[in-house]
Amino acid sequence: MWEYTDKVKDHFINPRNVGFIDDFDGMGEVGSLACGDALKLTFKLDDEGRISDAKFQTFGCASAIASSSALTEMIKGMSLDEAAKITNEDIAVYLGGLPKEKMHCSVLGRDALEHAIANYRGEEIKEKEGEIVCECFGITNLEIERAVTESGLTTVEDVTDYVKAGGGCGNCHDRIREIIKEVSSQSITERQKMENLTNIQKIKLIEETLDREVKPALNKDGGDIELVDFNNGTVFVKLHGTCSNCASSQLTLKNYVETKIKDLVSPELVVEEVVQ
Amino acid sequence: MKTIYVDNNATTQVDESVLQEMLPYFTESYGNPSSMHTFGGNVAADISKARERVAALINAEPEEIVFTSCGTESDSTAIWATIEAYPDKKHIVTSRVEHPAIKNLFEHLSKKKGYTVSFVPVDKKGNLDLDYLYEQLTPETAIVSIMWANNETGVIYPMDEIAAAVREKGIVFHTDAVQAVGKLEVDVKKTPVGLLSLSGHKIHAPKGVGALYLKKGTKFSPFLIGGHQEHGRRGGTENVASLVGLGRAAELAKQKLSNSTPKIAALRDKLEKNLLERIPHSMVNGDPQHRLPNTSNISYEYVEGEAILLMMNEFGICASSGSACTSGSLEPSHVLRAMGVPFTAAHGSIRYSLSDYNTEEEIDTIIERTPPIIERLRELSPFWSQRKAS
Repeated sequence: MWEYTDKVKDHFINPRNVGFIDDFDGMGEVGSLACGDALKLTFKLDDEGRISDAKFQTFGCASAIASSSALTEMIKGMSLDEAAKITNEDIAVYLGGLPKEKMHCSVLGRDALEHAIANYRGEEIKEKEGEIVCECFGITNLEIERAVTESGLTTVEDVTDYVKAGGGCGNCHDRIREIIKEVSSQSITERQKMENLTNIQKIKLIEETLDREVKPALNKDGGDIELVDFNNGTVFVKLHGTCSNCASSQLTLKNYVETKIKDLVSPELVVEEVVQ
Repeated sequence: MKTIYVDNNATTQVDESVLQEMLPYFTESYGNPSSMHTFGGNVAADISKARERVAALINAEPEEIVFTSCGTESDSTAIWATIEAYPDKKHIVTSRVEHPAIKNLFEHLSKKKGYTVSFVPVDKKGNLDLDYLYEQLTPETAIVSIMWANNETGVIYPMDEIAAAVREKGIVFHTDAVQAVGKLEVDVKKTPVGLLSLSGHKIHAPKGVGALYLKKGTKFSPFLIGGHQEHGRRGGTENVASLVGLGRAAELAKQKLSNSTPKIAALRDKLEKNLLERIPHSMVNGDPQHRLPNTSNISYEYVEGEAILLMMNEFGICASSGSACTSGSLEPSHVLRAMGVPFTAAHGSIRYSLSDYNTEEEIDTIIERTPPIIERLRELSPFWSQRKAS
């Protein structure tokens, strides 16, 4: 049994704004019977261009119905520019949270809203741009990249929970892993521009980078590395395994580890080995 | 609010007399059945009695019964023991509609252990393609495992015929009879199975106990290696209270079978007939001609199963669904998919599984409560309004 919040249950048992606005200004339709959930969203604008009414029809589980109901409540009174900024996370927050496996229900809401706004503006949604990664659910690399970036996803399971990709036959799991890796290395490059990281955040970032970028390469040769301390821009590490008595370990440290840390975390950092 | 429990293929309530027989083993009779003293020895005698009762339920010999912790353990034990006994045979056969205890194990053997697996398909009604099954049997086949009855649809497979055909080829035959035992006459002297799994909590014993029938002469090696318990066929100190509970539940099931079956079937038929009549665009999944007496699997088109279950839950009605959303996976039931049930119907499937404890009043409540639930969810569904418009 899923653990739904009282707000999810309320919006499921007593959904708001069910129906279809015949003289709608914008309409968005996403999902399908085959996928197990589908949402048709219509809205009407007032003279000032604000959403005066919104209605939905949803086929799906309790959280899909609750997400749709919540979305219609959220967007009423908003301008289209304001509404366009709503993310799936906002919908989940409005509902007091959704089970992780049900996050795709909130994504469905956001997608329907995007479609409806595009429909009003006469734009075409180029949703299937990019290459299909998940054949089972027809999900493209762009959709996966977006979810990974916006929601900070780190595993294939996360991606499945949010956009369904990988939830069928499983053949695309390797490709999804690659996409996560690509996106996270990009986002780290962006993060280095952020100057106001606290010490703890910096340590976390260094540790993540070591784990992801450095350790696997050292492990391959039977070595390992451990973060010992971080102080005044110096990263103190201990080398283990074959690295600890390798003649070229200093070379590894300066040329490989330090370069990675400088590239991915901050160019000001230096790496030092702690010798017992 | 009173609970109306029609999810007995998931689990059943422990019978009061089962509980009463179990209780002393939590208090005064705590001896270890392996001990040399009378205090423990008495417990060993009680386990023997339980074994006899379980054997009697399926017309086996007591020494052919190995107690386990659950149906899944029985299944795993049967399969691993057999493939270990025939290390050179790298082909195994099962159906497309097995319980995950077999399905996932066979997929594991295929992916990680180099086995070739033949998955026998089913037709639209859920009946097995027997010709396909027989064509798969070769000298390389180590084991065939086909469930006796399906947990989702209740479809019963022709065990006598399948078991005989597999035996004729000299191949070991295992059946997961977890859903059949207690609901149908299961007689291993009539039906020539080599190994058979059963589970306690489906027949009003507690969770955490099961048994494996092992026909005399079947090659075997233990799954749990340890002490000499179960005649060296399963290590580990016995779960005494539960074994005794399973014994009593088996005895009850045997006593009740002939009387309760027609009663349960009548309630199931009433439920099914009324729901189909009152709710348009609904259909039964699974062949009504070959079906467990307690099970009805109905698809309501254009609505989604989890939403139906949660609405039913508001009235205390407990059932289950083959929809994707209930399982946490994104795919609807592999059983319904194998039968070619369209997505529109698979997502909206509800399984009602009754027991001797259900009353006519409860069935009437379900019949009364369900149509408005489906109607309400259909009013929400974009596909329903499209359907109405066209």
